[in-house]
Amino acid sequence: MRSGTHPRVVGTPQLRKEGVEKVQGRTKYIDDLEREGMWYGATVRSTISRGRVVAIHYDPRIDWTEFVVVTAADIPGNNHIQMISADQPCLANGHVNHCDEAIVLLAHPDKRRLPEALTAIRVDYERLPAVLSIEESETQLEIIWGPDTHEGNLFKQFYVEKGDVDSVWANASHIVEGEYRTGAQEHLYIENNGAIAEFSEETGVTVWGSLQCPFYVHKSLMAVFNLPADKVRVIQVATGGAFGGKEDYPSILAAHAGLLAMKVGRPIKLVYDRMEDLAATTKRHPSRTRHRTAIDENGKILAMEIDIATDGGAYATLSSTVLSRATLHATGPYVCPNIRITARAWATNTVPCGAFRGFGAPQTIFAIERHIEQLALAVGLDSDEIRRRNFLHDGDSTATQQVMIEPVILDKLLDRAIEVSEFHEKRIQFSGDNPSSLIKRGIGLAAFYHGSGFTGSGERYLNSLAGIDVAPDNKVRVLVSSTEFGQGTNTILAQIAAESLGISYDDVIMAPCDTAIVPNSGPTVASRTSMVVGKLIERAGSQLIASLKLEAGLLDSYSTQDFFSACDLYREHKGKVESLSRYEAPPNIYWNDQLYQGEAYPAFAWAVYVAEVAVDTTTYSAEVNAFHAVQEVGRVLNPTLAAGQIEGGIAQGIGYALYEKVLYKDGHMFNNQMTNYIIPTAQDIPPINVYFEEIPFEHGAYGAKGIGELPHDGPAPAILNAIQNALDLSFTSIPLLPEDICLRMTQASHAMSPVSA
Amino acid sequence: MPTHDTSFTCDVTGVRMIHPSHTVRFTVNGQSRSVDAPPLKRLLDVLREDLALTGTKEGCGEGECGSCSVRINGELVNSCLVPILQVEGAFVETIEGLSQADVIAELHPLQQAFLQRGGAQCGICTPGMLVAAAHLLSHTPNPTLEETREALAGNLCRCTGYVRIFESILSLAAMEEPADHAR
Amino acid sequence: MRGNPATHLFIRPSNLNGILTLLASEPGQWTPFAGGTELMVSHAAGQLRAQKLINIWGVPELSRIDMDDNFLSIGGGVTFRQIRDHATIASEFPLLAQAAGWIGSIANQSRATLAGNIVNGSPAADAPPSLLVYNSEIELISQRGVRRVPYASFHVGYKQNILRIDELVYALHLPRRFTTHNHYLRKVGARRAMAISKVALAATAVVKNDIFLEIRLAAASVADRPVRLLITEAALANQPLTHKTIANARMAIYNEVKPIDDIRSTAEYRRCVAANLLQQFIMQCIAREYSR
Repeated sequence: MRSGTHPRVVGTPQLRKEGVEKVQGRTKYIDDLEREGMWYGATVRSTISRGRVVAIHYDPRIDWTEFVVVTAADIPGNNHIQMISADQPCLANGHVNHCDEAIVLLAHPDKRRLPEALTAIRVDYERLPAVLSIEESETQLEIIWGPDTHEGNLFKQFYVEKGDVDSVWANASHIVEGEYRTGAQEHLYIENNGAIAEFSEETGVTVWGSLQCPFYVHKSLMAVFNLPADKVRVIQVATGGAFGGKEDYPSILAAHAGLLAMKVGRPIKLVYDRMEDLAATTKRHPSRTRHRTAIDENGKILAMEIDIATDGGAYATLSSTVLSRATLHATGPYVCPNIRITARAWATNTVPCGAFRGFGAPQTIFAIERHIEQLALAVGLDSDEIRRRNFLHDGDSTATQQVMIEPVILDKLLDRAIEVSEFHEKRIQFSGDNPSSLIKRGIGLAAFYHGSGFTGSGERYLNSLAGIDVAPDNKVRVLVSSTEFGQGTNTILAQIAAESLGISYDDVIMAPCDTAIVPNSGPTVASRTSMVVGKLIERAGSQLIASLKLEAGLLDSYSTQDFFSACDLYREHKGKVESLSRYEAPPNIYWNDQLYQGEAYPAFAWAVYVAEVAVDTTTYSAEVNAFHAVQEVGRVLNPTLAAGQIEGGIAQGIGYALYEKVLYKDGHMFNNQMTNYIIPTAQDIPPINVYFEEIPFEHGAYGAKGIGELPHDGPAPAILNAIQNALDLSFTSIPLLPEDICLRMTQASHAMSPVSA
Repeated sequence: MPTHDTSFTCDVTGVRMIHPSHTVRFTVNGQSRSVDAPPLKRLLDVLREDLALTGTKEGCGEGECGSCSVRINGELVNSCLVPILQVEGAFVETIEGLSQADVIAELHPLQQAFLQRGGAQCGICTPGMLVAAAHLLSHTPNPTLEETREALAGNLCRCTGYVRIFESILSLAAMEEPADHAR
Repeated sequence: MRGNPATHLFIRPSNLNGILTLLASEPGQWTPFAGGTELMVSHAAGQLRAQKLINIWGVPELSRIDMDDNFLSIGGGVTFRQIRDHATIASEFPLLAQAAGWIGSIANQSRATLAGNIVNGSPAADAPPSLLVYNSEIELISQRGVRRVPYASFHVGYKQNILRIDELVYALHLPRRFTTHNHYLRKVGARRAMAISKVALAATAVVKNDIFLEIRLAAASVADRPVRLLITEAALANQPLTHKTIANARMAIYNEVKPIDDIRSTAEYRRCVAANLLQQFIMQCIAREYSR
């Protein structure tokens, strides 16, 4: 019997919904699926970073009658991928703007015949000057995107002004300036991008894919194929990791597979191998952030001037929204009366950058959390004290004048992080041990927030719809387009549904993630699934219970059997048992897109992370030895999954800080193999201690806020702060490789002189 | 069809000679199997394409990620690097050799541990990870954390940060010594 | 997967004689194929040029580890897994056991062979520095017979060696006289496992009365091939264990190595770290002397 309102399912470590199949190897990912009569696709890509396509040659030694060839001329609708702007062609038509841009598609019934055919197609180009860095792009000497004006090469810019920054500099006791850089990062989901497509005149185009956002793909396919919504169907299949890397790119891949399917008249499988996936798909935006900060003699921040520049690659994709989140996280979790932020996303002739866990926040949080460490040194405060003196509290306002109406417990998080990491004891110990040791140890911290859900008005525009239905076989289905790619969507949404319906977790299943079946609950991004979509499911559940009570005689106290009996009765009257819920913005959330002012996010997750490092001065390599992650993410819906999200995000953050470097040559990623793009192995990840504080957020599902992106924000600055503690050297760029540390350490003392000790 | 260009100068070999397939016999998860395949065909592809055992995954194709881990005659290998010719007469064990039961209680203890402790997230590395973990436990029933880290270093996971994978495996080792349960 | 297996011939003669006969009768036509950890990677990348492959995996004569009073002999087809697990190698040639344990992952070690590591000839290969400082000899076999030469003379350039087109590596012979030596090996890669050397240094030495009586140094990823560092050895031979010796040795190795900038590291980093590793080895010798 259901009793009281105390949650029974939410907050408990329910087993992963699709977990049994996963541990059996039975889960079918895109490359595990086949369709009758299926052919295979492959892609001819640009070998130059910018130019005009002059001619395409097909080697006569290949029998091309066996192949089907698709070019831009075969596109029935618009030759662009519908993202925020429509600038990215589906297939290059006359011009290429980055290396590895798709030009020609091939299909053949035998996939092993395709690689050779690819090498037998030669594209002649007339090269044009390429722009390959933020610095080259902002000179605007060569305009590669947009109008030939001062807005050329500029995907987006934001300007935020609070208070009167210019009045402060003259009276500040210290002015500290710094420039911080972050590199591109590859998602390196272990499953490469892939899709299968079918086409027929009657049903239109159907795509199965490894993807995050079925309705993004759906919208894009409608434009490319010039088809109405009901002639486009997108089905997400089991997805082997995404991290943002399957947010925008699958729209391109699905279109390619669909175009081949249409021309061949058969199903097409288009699955990338690792080299192609690494070279051709999106990366995290590289960034450069400049800080100029005025502080008083007590370390109180008086003014912040922040200039952000990101490298968006060749097309706009999601650069504007990534820049937005970068901007809104640029001040860190600090209060300051006078703030000016200028942010620009620039075009370059590299593979377009896209979504990646954190979505701009890791870049600017790296900058502010490295910068505040320099403020601490300037005024002679400890790393924790400088932060404590500047933290946001309830009632304070952010750069966009958002007043903190929910509790902010940064002080408590910091206290706990300092305590569990033995921060001060370690600092004393290391400063004693380091002078006589070749291994220099250090400990550092980072404090930060991550805004949950879409930025500003985003959730209002999305207008998400989600729900629950109950089939005659007593299957309770969650109806969402929110996707599972490892982070636990299926499990937490089923938990929420079970909780709100007062039934068991095992009675709930997920409806197939198929645009022909489920409503558009929005994309699975932006740490919005638990908080926003979860809330819709919670509400759909309580609506359904209310309806069953009103119209099917369900009593206040009921058993599972009573519930299903009531559903049967309700179905007899109404035909079906379904409850849908549409997004409603929390009250007091106002955002002005023009002024860039107001409530940027309905809620924030807060964290303080501590990293302990050891730098071996023999090899100049830095390793993370221990990691402590203290955070407040609202109510934790599933403790096992939540901790798994934090640990996995930290591992990616460690990679971002110390290992992962995308090497470009003329705009082409040339370390496009797992051997040469280095992510941490099981031997490189330290013990990670995860602590949650829980303050339920009224407008999130059972109090939940966002969690997925937060853990990628903090590791890099915490680690570099720890390295500064260890070596007394301030590094300002990531990835920070042993080669970089070597260069700095040997600049001071030439390599010929023995290292200390 | 594109028009043929007789002035083509690109350095390709044209269609290469296709050699006949060979019959290879071996045992997979205790069952005798026989396939006709080019002798250089990867064991990974034979498992997935010829035997429909798609639990073994391809992540990199170069022996780096371990998603294609299987055991051959008791040795852990990357099946993407093993040509089928060399599997003649061998005993191959794949993820499908662990329990395929529908009931959680009937799963292999490693499968149960991964399920209960969050050792699997997206699941794509999980089959290879479980094969590597089973291999570890086959020769080291009570591994230390360090032994576990080394044993799994060839299996890349991008979701978990490995923490819960280690916990899953070590929980089985701890089962042998009840005193360790309080960890 | 960019290779097409059907476009390659791949055969398995029934024994070593059959392999050698074919290598001799169709010289240059056939490429020996052992554990596949290199060739299958090329194949997947669509870059396996060899059209005709001959299996040498599992040939009994190549898979043995034998010992007599003077030498420990490791067959060319012995895997790094076998090397890791071998008690005598662990006790008498610890650097080789250590190198074996650093190769790729467990799954790579169970397939990669000693001869494959050597013949592939990567300057970053893991086994060669140890084999060089153990003064190994390499035995090559063909239908014409066998020849045995110092391993130090095997590599002659970038991925160039003295192996003739009809020859296989039969065995490596390691003299059993290193049990009392100081041993040192350190591989520096981008991460703790699954790493290719950015630089590695191996060393064996005899120290008596605080003087280097015998010293051998070899390194990976500091030249176009695995190399002995003869100039640096000369700078240390018969020198006392002093800070001045360390400084001279650092200078010598810094100037002797000829690394390059590449996808994995920089020349300058490699030079600096080579010098640091050498210093670490000398410090280890000093510590050992003082602990006596």
